[in-house]
Amino acid sequence: MTPLQKVAASFLCALFALIVLATFLLPAHYARQFRDIPNAGPSSAHPLGTDALGRDFLARLLYGTRVSLLLAPAAALLATLIAAVLGSAAGLLGGWFERIVLAATDLSLALPWLFLLLVVRAMLPLDVPPLVSVVIAFLMMGLLGWQASVRVICAAARGVRDSDFLLLARSSGCRPARLLVRHVAPNLRPLFYAQFFISIPLFILTEANLSILGLGVMEPMPSWGNLMRGFEDFSTLSTNPWRLTPLVLLVIVVMCFHLVLPSQEVAQ
Amino acid sequence: MNETQKSANLFRLALRRLVILFGLGLVGALASATLVRFAPGYGVTERDLDPRLSANSAEALRQKQALNQSLPAFYFHYLSALARGDLGESDSLKRPVRELLRQRFPVTGNSVIRGLGVAWLAAALLASLGLVIRGWFFEASAIAFNSFLLSLPSAVVAMLAVHLRAPVFFAIAVAVFPRLYSYIRNLLIRAYDQPHVLAARARGLGSGAILLRHVVPLAAPPLLALLGVSFAISFGAAIPIEALCDSPGLGQLAWHAALSRDLPLIVNVTLIVALVMLVANSLADFAGRTFAGSTS
Repeated sequence: MTPLQKVAASFLCALFALIVLATFLLPAHYARQFRDIPNAGPSSAHPLGTDALGRDFLARLLYGTRVSLLLAPAAALLATLIAAVLGSAAGLLGGWFERIVLAATDLSLALPWLFLLLVVRAMLPLDVPPLVSVVIAFLMMGLLGWQASVRVICAAARGVRDSDFLLLARSSGCRPARLLVRHVAPNLRPLFYAQFFISIPLFILTEANLSILGLGVMEPMPSWGNLMRGFEDFSTLSTNPWRLTPLVLLVIVVMCFHLVLPSQEVAQ
Repeated sequence: MNETQKSANLFRLALRRLVILFGLGLVGALASATLVRFAPGYGVTERDLDPRLSANSAEALRQKQALNQSLPAFYFHYLSALARGDLGESDSLKRPVRELLRQRFPVTGNSVIRGLGVAWLAAALLASLGLVIRGWFFEASAIAFNSFLLSLPSAVVAMLAVHLRAPVFFAIAVAVFPRLYSYIRNLLIRAYDQPHVLAARARGLGSGAILLRHVVPLAAPPLLALLGVSFAISFGAAIPIEALCDSPGLGQLAWHAALSRDLPLIVNVTLIVALVMLVANSLADFAGRTFAGSTS
């Protein structure tokens, strides 16, 4: 690990610790409205001021960070699991199954990712409780974000298909499911980790885009995306520049993830 | 391999690509039909809510409609209408989807092509400059700048474009540039580190000549494949950008359809975009292989 990667990893660890402890550190709940001080500037009681509804901006930022930073890895884990199962099985079994999986991957890769998410989001109700909207947004990303990883994992699994240890396992009567779990998956583990880490910043950015468009996490639940919806009003931003903190934090976090990501060679 | 064999191979490749394209298009159309068929509220018409109809009459009409719309019959009607270019009607805008696409596609196409042009030019120039200069300061600054742009959500780029009154294609270029730059830089560096390039440098060939004569031909096939992929990236970026910049293109249409849960519209728009992407990817892939075949 280079010194820069160490700094990035330390920053991410510190931020994770902060958002886990956010409940104990904050003076107010993210939805509590101080109606007498809307759009207030920074003060000792509200270090980042309040929003138009008088909600503490720091509380909203930290809770929003928690939503984005805890659920993006969860979605990445789901996507990687699906990709691992499909990719390994396709690579190991080969034949028609591999062709069908790769054709489905090709078809969904041909689609711009956001179009696919919009189609699925349009099928689900929009008027849902905030917590449900969080689950929908991240479940959707987890269930639809596996395509790019499948290709890579399938290629790697194809590489080990004819290896000696698999031949030995097959000749000992090992079933395909056991082959997959006990022999193929452990060999592809570094690749799974790489695909998992690559997906996290992608999902963070996708959530931001969806929420800014009003199709992601719903108010009053904060997330980086819906905190940035206020950027459309630039007059407020120029008088309250601290409102840019969600964007600054998002950019730093995504850059840190890019820095600590495994190298391209491992990922491929 | 002689010229006849090369042509036969290319013909076989083109034919195979066409078959795959047709198969994927058919699967995409069937998936779209399924989504439309099982969309919430499908088949509910104003007549169903007519208070003048008795419960028996309403039920009889529903039965008749169900008979006409069995799943295989629905697939058949959907695919035959699709073959005639009939994409149905938008629930929210009450206009034929085909007409909406005809109006919106040129707007997005124009923004995407111009945006891609700017992004490709900037990415290729910066990556080539990095190869020629090869200084740590230039490299670190370019990587930091690229990483910063890569970390910006497209929707934020769109809001900045609105604020700065920048055109939509410029916002698309800013969103696509960092993805292109990373790939182009890696491809060029890999090609630049080849032994024959080292030999050319040792013989005193200039940087520009090495780049044009030895590096670019080597990197051209994957670069052409990247051209196809960059269409998908830019169409994806067009959704938040057009929605927030109020540009009347396909991205804005898709966003509107998702917000109003207009499934026939969003599904058909997505199907058409998918087909365009598949054709673009196939053409780029075919061009790359043809180029690789002609240079080998």
